[in-house]
Amino acid sequence: MLNYILSRILTFIPTFVGVTLISFGFIRVLPGDPIIVMAGERGMSDARYAELSAQYGFDQPLYKQFWDYLTGVVQGDLGNSFVTKRPVWDEFFALFPATLELSICAMLFALALGLPAGVIAAVNRGKFFDRALMSTALIGYSMPIFWWALLLIIVFSGNLQWTPVSGRIDLLYYFPDPTGFMLIDSLASGQSGAFKSAVRHLILPTIVLGTIPLAVIARQTRSAMLEVLGEDYIRTARAKGLSTGRINGIHALRNALIPVITVIGLSVGTLLAGAILTETIFSWPGIGKWMVDSIFRRDYPVVQGGLLLIAVMVMVVNLTVDMLYGVINPKIRKR
Amino acid sequence: MSLLRIRNLSVDFATASGKFRAVDQVDQDVDTGEILAIVGESGSGKSVSMLAMMGLLPWTATVTADEMTFDGHNLLTMNTKARRKIVGNDLAMIFQEPMSSLNPCFPVGWQIKESLRVHLGLNRKQRHARAIELFEQVGIPDPERRLSAFPHQMSGGMNQRVMIAMAIACKPKLLIADEPTTALDVTIQAQILDLLASLRDETGMGLVLITHDMGVVAETAERVSVQYAGQKIEEQRVVPLFDEPHHPYTNALLDALPERATEKRLPTIPGVVPGQFDRPAGCLFSPRCKFADAKCKAESPAPQSDALGRARCFYPLNTDQRQAS
Ligand SMILES: Nc1ncnc2c1ncn2[C@@H]1O[C@H](COP(=O)(O)OP(=O)(O)OP(=O)(O)O)[C@@H](O)[C@H]1O
Ligand SMILES: [Mg+2]
Repeated sequence: MLNYILSRILTFIPTFVGVTLISFGFIRVLPGDPIIVMAGERGMSDARYAELSAQYGFDQPLYKQFWDYLTGVVQGDLGNSFVTKRPVWDEFFALFPATLELSICAMLFALALGLPAGVIAAVNRGKFFDRALMSTALIGYSMPIFWWALLLIIVFSGNLQWTPVSGRIDLLYYFPDPTGFMLIDSLASGQSGAFKSAVRHLILPTIVLGTIPLAVIARQTRSAMLEVLGEDYIRTARAKGLSTGRINGIHALRNALIPVITVIGLSVGTLLAGAILTETIFSWPGIGKWMVDSIFRRDYPVVQGGLLLIAVMVMVVNLTVDMLYGVINPKIRKR
Repeated sequence: MSLLRIRNLSVDFATASGKFRAVDQVDQDVDTGEILAIVGESGSGKSVSMLAMMGLLPWTATVTADEMTFDGHNLLTMNTKARRKIVGNDLAMIFQEPMSSLNPCFPVGWQIKESLRVHLGLNRKQRHARAIELFEQVGIPDPERRLSAFPHQMSGGMNQRVMIAMAIACKPKLLIADEPTTALDVTIQAQILDLLASLRDETGMGLVLITHDMGVVAETAERVSVQYAGQKIEEQRVVPLFDEPHHPYTNALLDALPERATEKRLPTIPGVVPGQFDRPAGCLFSPRCKFADAKCKAESPAPQSDALGRARCFYPLNTDQRQAS
């Protein structure tokens, strides 16, 4: 097992270098000069420009700049933000809990609805519920996120006034945030209404971000269940006189979970990509919004470091998922 | 009254190419403590008839029967919920492939204890004690440790023992064993058959042994029902069946036994069991029967008398008129 983990971590290295290179190149391909952006509307003298250029190393050839960046990264130094002057690490981990909280809620939402929906669709294969569900899932899957978000905002925030439109909590609440998770911190603060406010702020972003994973999970669960339901051990379970719920929900679902977990792992990347859009729409102060803002500000270190950290997260999640297989189906552990 | 009584059971499958009759007007009786063997080549509807009785067929199957009673319960009119109380409890079944018949995601002990909880409502400690007792009963060494093993960690023979332990967990009155030894190697086959027979002796349960191996029948069964292409074509007690088979198909099956072979090569029955598309008009066995005449190919024979093993044949063998070749 340890060998396996180590060999997997070794395969991270080329990916890691690749991502570093891409993020480094990506931001430089965009038109716009970070120093000009920093100067703002007032502009700056040529002398000052040359001075700042030298300070940030932009006067060096590109390969030299990349080499300096890479050596910094390897030593754990992602540089400082051009705008706030604070280390990228610190900013990332200050904002990451907000994104994590949203992503976890979105994933739980997708699982809570997607798993049962997939199971019920498979059990009622070909009947009305199955067809209705699978068409809905297809729509959900192909829905543009921003359009879906706006629709929900218009209906639930605009017309019905049920949910707030932006932020993580009403401004009138203020409390320390030791964990960075608003749901936990608001509960810990003991202020009445704070938790409720946090939940209400979470609802729409969760739905928006969870819709695509929900569709994917429902479809994957259905097809995995259909395969498992034809297996011999399901016939055995029926021959034991077990209830349908037990057979489908325990004997079959446990086996169907393997492919489902794979798509969950794979959709972490999609989820983070979706988070960028969702956070921007709902002014959610997480790394998605932070990255978008930084791109507009041509804040090179933030964009580079942020992309790199996100990529590492995705890789770690996928490794974790691979190891989960063995826990769910011990037969896989042996290989 | 017999423990299991089936009259005129038919099963039709709705397939993409139309209706297919997999079981055709079969009668079956099993008494308490009796071992009935159902024999026939692959595709003769042995499994399907028993699965129909257990209520385990997929929804594409239509089951019809004049009578189907088990232990005083009418299986025809019973709803699913009531049937679930009997199936896995008084009426148990084991299958051909022990490896794939156990759930790979759960320890075998868990799978056995599940039955004990669902049907008998035993508590944790009682379940554990009973599971160990069952493992000892079916001859699994080191039961305490084996309970936490997963199916893939054990051999096929051990898994079949687990299946048997699971099936007899609630002391069933009738156990259906559907080719329990086909997937196992020869020495293990004999052990499993011995185990089943001795369990019958201990518990007095009825046992239905589905097989296509006449050797297994000779060693284990007391009464034999021969099926062909969905029909029951003969039924006798085991000794008279081997001595004086009445149906030409039974005769051919017996001729194919290695110990009866007179030549070097084993005689085989030419042709195959008719499937959905090549069902002959008259007697279903007529295309492969060396005695068949024009009448056999035109009309479907009704079962003969009990004395003639209810053979579905116009010209039964080993009668006064006719001796087997
Ligand atoms: N679900 C199903 N749908 C359609 N046809 C089926 C189905 N299950 C079984 N059959 C058909 O019913 C016939 C009888 O099958 P059955 O499994 O009872 O044979 P068997 O006598 O048990 O043979 P074997 O020795 O191979 O187990 C076969 O022709 C088979 O193709
Ligand atoms: Mg069979």
